[in-house]
Amino acid sequence: MPLADINWFYYAAPQRFHPLAGRLAPWFMAAAALLALAGLYIGFFVAPTDATQGEVYRVIFIHVPAAWMSMVVYLAMAFWAAVGLIFNARLASMLALALAPTGALMTFVALWTGALWGKPTWGAWWVWDARLTSELILLFLYIGYMSLHAAIEDTRRADRAAAVLAIVGAVNVPIIYFSVQWWNTLHQGASVSLTRAPSMATTMLTGMLLMALAAWAYCIAVALMRVRVLIVERERHAAWAQEALATP
Amino acid sequence: MNWTSAADFFAMGGYGLYVWGSFGVTALVVAGELVALALRRRALERKDSFE
Repeated sequence: MPLADINWFYYAAPQRFHPLAGRLAPWFMAAAALLALAGLYIGFFVAPTDATQGEVYRVIFIHVPAAWMSMVVYLAMAFWAAVGLIFNARLASMLALALAPTGALMTFVALWTGALWGKPTWGAWWVWDARLTSELILLFLYIGYMSLHAAIEDTRRADRAAAVLAIVGAVNVPIIYFSVQWWNTLHQGASVSLTRAPSMATTMLTGMLLMALAAWAYCIAVALMRVRVLIVERERHAAWAQEALATP
Repeated sequence: MNWTSAADFFAMGGYGLYVWGSFGVTALVVAGELVALALRRRALERKDSFE
């Protein structure tokens, strides 16, 4: 069936999206597990020791995918928050809220693995470098978004207020991405970009890209699982939601 | 093959703390997220049963 023939708005109704998300989530989770297994195998057993950093460079297989996803999930969250705000679409607002904890988690992992990588290579767990600082601000944006949403009792008002925060905060994402070019940072520049050939050994790159795909699939799977919970939480009093709970 | 023995593998060339600290905490955090989500869903089912 051509994509243009699918009525996308059909699934904009939370009641219809709930079973669709339930069918899709296990596939994304299985893909995440398989991709992660392949990525870990290549990362630990195929990719060679780095000539300058030794074995500690293997942190890259977690660090870079988590850092990428911290930004991608934020943009997805801001996008759905904006759709929810502009078109008054309930499901879009729920998707934004479903993405936030996973995005915060990816940001935490990027910062944590960065600290563990920084200590042996730079001699410091943390420096107030533009890349690190803007990534820390990203974590605060996620936390701020979730806190603001939780602080407002009326759910739809909370959706709208948090959406404004998410949209304004999106300006931080290009700042993170280009920080290594705009400022003189201790953090290295990009090893992988769309415009140049990657400056890494092929097996290292393969392992990292597999882990990045695993992180993509994981984030999609968890967001779908969480949005299902959010849908039922919000529509608990509808008869269909009661039935949906009874039959998992 | 990069490793001559299991001990060699876990030592990570002397960087075991940093490498396993990264992979281990990531695994914990991911597991924690999945457990929290499952508990949240279960709480929802319980809440509904007596409403």
